[in-house]
Amino acid sequence: MAQAATLASADRGEARVLSLRGQLDVAAAGVLWTGALREAAAQPERPLVIDLTALELCDTAGAALLLAIEQERPGATIEGAQPHVAAVLERARAALVAPPTPPPSPPVPWHVVIVQGLVSAGDGFAYLGEAVLAVLHVPSRLRQFRRADLMRSADQAGVRAVPLVLLLGLLMGLILAFQSLVPMRRFGADLYVANLVAISLLRELGPLLASVVLAGRSGSAFAAEIGTMKVNQEVDALATMGIDPMTMLVLPRMAAALLVMPVLTVLLEVAGLLGMSVVLVGSGIPMTAIANQVMEWVQPADFYGGLAKAVVFGTVVAAIGCRAGLNAGNGPRAVGEAATAAVVGGIVATIVLDGVFAVLFFRLGL
Amino acid sequence: MTAPVLRGSGLAQSFGQRTLYQDVTFEVAGGEVFVILGGSGCGKTTLLRQCIGLLAPTAGSVELLGEDIYAAEAPARDAVLRRIGVMFQSGALFGSMTLLENVMLPLEVHTDLPPSARSRIARLKLGLVGLADAAARLPAEISGGMVKRAAIARALALDPPLLFLDEPSAGLDPVTSAGLDRLILDLRRDLSLTFVVVTHELASILAIADRCLMLDHEAQGVIATGDPRRLRDESEDPKVRAFFRREAA
Repeated sequence: MAQAATLASADRGEARVLSLRGQLDVAAAGVLWTGALREAAAQPERPLVIDLTALELCDTAGAALLLAIEQERPGATIEGAQPHVAAVLERARAALVAPPTPPPSPPVPWHVVIVQGLVSAGDGFAYLGEAVLAVLHVPSRLRQFRRADLMRSADQAGVRAVPLVLLLGLLMGLILAFQSLVPMRRFGADLYVANLVAISLLRELGPLLASVVLAGRSGSAFAAEIGTMKVNQEVDALATMGIDPMTMLVLPRMAAALLVMPVLTVLLEVAGLLGMSVVLVGSGIPMTAIANQVMEWVQPADFYGGLAKAVVFGTVVAAIGCRAGLNAGNGPRAVGEAATAAVVGGIVATIVLDGVFAVLFFRLGL
Repeated sequence: MTAPVLRGSGLAQSFGQRTLYQDVTFEVAGGEVFVILGGSGCGKTTLLRQCIGLLAPTAGSVELLGEDIYAAEAPARDAVLRRIGVMFQSGALFGSMTLLENVMLPLEVHTDLPPSARSRIARLKLGLVGLADAAARLPAEISGGMVKRAAIARALALDPPLLFLDEPSAGLDPVTSAGLDRLILDLRRDLSLTFVVVTHELASILAIADRCLMLDHEAQGVIATGDPRRLRDESEDPKVRAFFRREAA
């Protein structure tokens, strides 16, 4: 059984001697490290000798400890090292020669930050331009536009999202109706909860929530999928084969999102209205009264306006997801960062666009 | 002759009905650079995976540092596996960690060293492979040759006496590859390490190997063992001659 290294301290005339005995491997170094450095730092006025005569083995972790002692007490003498111990020590000493410290990076001036922001925004517009060009070129690149990818993306972003969308819609209708019912009842306006919830769902919450679901489920998936392809140089391979990545990778996903978003939005709205009805019927309002109230107050413009928003939101969320993937860096971390950028970018863009739509609809009198 | 640190006895590997190799027996002595070579698909990497405990052989046994790793109880097996270092073909560095953090990871998990000591030892290992100035960089920010060196530094983290390298020269230019060969020989000399290397890079084999074992997929086993320079000059086996003389089969 190998004997783990031990440390002993003794006096030799003026000098203090730290003797190491046994096998100084990584485990022994772990045990001795703190104590050995403390011993080395003690009595700094006396010369220090590190006696390795009885040290049978020393690996690089052990050598690191000896060199740490040497650094703690400059001028300490190492003596008695056997040839194989001395060789490891010498190799470790050479390996630990500190590399030149690179000069600290100067702080980035504010105007550079602004320029970088503008360049980044310009890249975003350039990407939109590329997407538009790719759409225009689809007739001449029909073979590059893979319908199988379109169907797969529609399945992933649409069909598989239906249960989640229905659940969210139902819960949202229930919660909105319940929260509104309590204060409205105080004014005898129970019935108007139907107007409130229906118009909120159809104009705002339906497309908004469907878009958030799309960003969270599919925008991130698009980014991760294309990001992995980028990391594996598959995107480069497409380019070298004369295949436009925009046409082959981005357009099918954008088209899929464009197609499924109105459907998801309508499903979410129907589920929300159902949830609202459950609460209102439970509170004693007849179903016919609820239906009449909704039919009378909800305008077709509310419904179609919401659908128009859904189409735009879906296309933008998919475009942002694909762009995050195409801009992914190298390594597995880059894929995660791309997915995060896709979700955050998709949700922020949805809310900004919702604001734009609010102003637009107001101006159009819708 | 130093005691063997690795012994494979009657090793076989089958996948379904297909036998990759059988009856592979060899020993690796302490301080040796032992190369497993052969053409593509002959089972070099599979044999390596058996040796490092990742793939139980269909038949036979692997004795690593005196322990039969597939017959031993889990704690004993884990203790032995902690005393080997492995460099995978791709490097297998953790992309979310810097090189220093990659090397520090085994020290954090398996030793009681204080953080400053772990950092110091990890820097030493990076220095040993010539990457002292790249400690703060991520794997994605360094070249293929540096990835291999960093992977060797991580394999050295716990100062194992035995290192397994899978295709260390794959994908490297001849100069970088020669530098890696030099590093292997330096580490063997300075730290008394034993290396088991899987490769089919002829220049590397002739530069570093003390002994080699050649697998062949048609023979489903070993077709030659010994000093690669002697095999190159003296072997009568047409497959061995073809390999060492770079002739088409």
